[in-house]
Amino acid sequence: MDLSLTAEELRFRDELRAWLEANVPEDWEQVREEALQDRFAFLRSWQRKLYDAGWAGASWPKEYGGRGASPMQQVIFWQEMARAAAPPMANALGLGLIGPTIIAFGTEAQKMRYLPKILSAEEIWCQGFSEPNAGSDLASLQAEARLDADHYIVNGQKVWTSYGWVADWCELVVRTDPNMPKHKGLTVLLVDMKTPGVVIRPLRQMTGEAEFNEVFFRDVRVPVENVVGKVNQGWDVAIGTLMHERGTFGAGLQILYKRNMDRLIELSRGIQRNARPASQDPIARQRLAQCYAEIEIMRLNQMRAFSRLSATGVPGPEGSIQKIFWSELNQRFQQVAQELLGPYGQLVGRDGHAIDKGVWSYGYLRARGNTIEAGTSEIQRNIIGHFVLGLPRSY
Amino acid sequence: MQFGLSESQEILKDSARKFFAGECPVSEVRRLMETETAYDPDLWRKLAEQGYTGIIFPEEYGGVGLGKVELILMMEEAGRALLPGPLFSTVALAGAVLDAVGTAEQKRKYLTPICRGEARSTLAMLEAAASWDPKDAQIEVLNGKLTGEKLFVPDALVADAIVVVARNGVFVVDAKDSGIKTAAMPAMDLTRKLYSVRFDSVPVEKLGNADGLAKGLDVATAALVGEMVGGMQRTLDTTVEYAKTRKQFGKPIGAFQAVQHQCADMYLETESSRSAVYYAAWALQENAPDAAVAVSIAKMYASDACRTVGNRGIQIHGGMGFTWENDLHLYYRRAKASETALGDATFHRERIARLVIDAGAAVAQGA
Repeated sequence: MDLSLTAEELRFRDELRAWLEANVPEDWEQVREEALQDRFAFLRSWQRKLYDAGWAGASWPKEYGGRGASPMQQVIFWQEMARAAAPPMANALGLGLIGPTIIAFGTEAQKMRYLPKILSAEEIWCQGFSEPNAGSDLASLQAEARLDADHYIVNGQKVWTSYGWVADWCELVVRTDPNMPKHKGLTVLLVDMKTPGVVIRPLRQMTGEAEFNEVFFRDVRVPVENVVGKVNQGWDVAIGTLMHERGTFGAGLQILYKRNMDRLIELSRGIQRNARPASQDPIARQRLAQCYAEIEIMRLNQMRAFSRLSATGVPGPEGSIQKIFWSELNQRFQQVAQELLGPYGQLVGRDGHAIDKGVWSYGYLRARGNTIEAGTSEIQRNIIGHFVLGLPRSY
Repeated sequence: MQFGLSESQEILKDSARKFFAGECPVSEVRRLMETETAYDPDLWRKLAEQGYTGIIFPEEYGGVGLGKVELILMMEEAGRALLPGPLFSTVALAGAVLDAVGTAEQKRKYLTPICRGEARSTLAMLEAAASWDPKDAQIEVLNGKLTGEKLFVPDALVADAIVVVARNGVFVVDAKDSGIKTAAMPAMDLTRKLYSVRFDSVPVEKLGNADGLAKGLDVATAALVGEMVGGMQRTLDTTVEYAKTRKQFGKPIGAFQAVQHQCADMYLETESSRSAVYYAAWALQENAPDAAVAVSIAKMYASDACRTVGNRGIQIHGGMGFTWENDLHLYYRRAKASETALGDATFHRERIARLVIDAGAAVAQGA
């Protein structure tokens, strides 16, 4: 165990740190007030800037536009992004989930075609996994693809599709053989969202925004060369994607959590509690310290997971604890923020009294989704119980 | 950068696990806990032969000279076996403080016999007010003599030297001095005995540099968390095994999500405690700027986690978990003692607040 940086890691860090110091846009947080589309455009151009400098996809192979860095350098990348209070990147699913899936299961031609444009944010990606009748029980999905010469013809519906409204491409899981058991007979296709027959409808979530969508497929023609992995073995590919979603995707969230924590501590100095600043109130201090510690433990759990990843190359089922940890932690954190802000916590951006233009009321509501999206907490606990601890399957 | 154990660390942990399993099975734990001191001279000799009593002390004093991570790994395995007796008190508590505050001469004098297995030691810190903040010590040395009372002193009856935190410094006394009266404080944990120690004009030796006390206590705290992680792991393993074999409604109870999800939470709490304490140990070893915060984070988290892991483990065992015959309560008792020892979660949250909020700037992340 040695957490000090090697000479190479140190060079990587120093170079990145200098670049971020020169390039992170100042006062970028005001984009929070802008409409979803404008915010996204901003993050897209920021990712493009990172890509042009060779930082997007640090640990991806060089031949596909990455930097060829180690998994631990990828950890350093996230730590430095957090330290510099840098904006997140726009193509989050492409970078975190779909790119790694294509690297693991894709053909050489697919890697050359798709990976560089994921990194540059030229093509935004979404995931077509959940359906109205296939949520936690993903393998029961019914969207189907029928082979017609050199194309698959896709029919069905997907739901909770984050980034659907802006996505150029979709990693779509479909049933290609309805006669096989439910985990067999699935195939993963890469689908151009501009193909005729793809219809996208916004789904308004409890925050009021429409970050995600319903996506309908009617006789959508997808060339056979867009199959990832083997036909009827798409479950393995989908699970590969989900392992990344659970195990490593949370690393980027550290940026956000650390910022939120620092901001809440700052706010606590100006909020009065029992005739003194909340930062000096024993109860408020307990709550803040608990959050601070948990955010740090989330980072340490992730670093351990990345070290295992360096050794094994693929994230394992134990990654589910990362998902549980970051999602439940954020809910606790947002509640602590609400307690500290008192009645101000409920105000939304349009009210002049609102603190930080209402980000705290938004954050509180948005956090409710954390334990549902990317696999519910219940499903994550099933995975740990069965695949990590070896308990009998419970469903 | 590698947040995993090295090959030699894996070997050390593995051999410690085998050693404790072989030399101190639970039958031996139960035998020792019924004795007055829970100390066994024969077992102590074997611990010394393994180098465990000198694991972190410099080779010039007869120690093995390993680092804080290795100390934590040894303690983790000792905790898994619920090792009774004064290994923690001697090596991780008094030993770490002696190492941090003693002069070279004093270290030679006190650490050498510990490394050789010839002496045991402990730390007397708490008084009636039971504060883990050293600044709250009231006891005072006047004209080279110590008078007053310390409480909750672990393993005092088998100690040869007692390190005493006083208002005006850190001192060592000869535990066999005629001015010392030691009385048992019977408590929940049967494997680590607590005592009140009365000093009546006892001659002392002042340790060199009291500034090192905080560092010494941080090492002790990290070691204790390591031990707690071992206890949590054992509770988890035992519980998962039980959930696989115990049947109700015609199937193993582990097939029910109400049971399975508790096991998943035990896993999450155990692994998170482990991440926190491995990092704290490394930060102490490297004198990282965030070492003190890292120790408090680990103790804070593990103090709550070791209790909830025990709660869940006993609940899943049902009536069996509530019996004297089942071993879980022995771990549960140790967990409660360890939760409060060296500061509970509330104490360490306040310490984190002092180090992070009051310092005005969040500690830099990582390296």
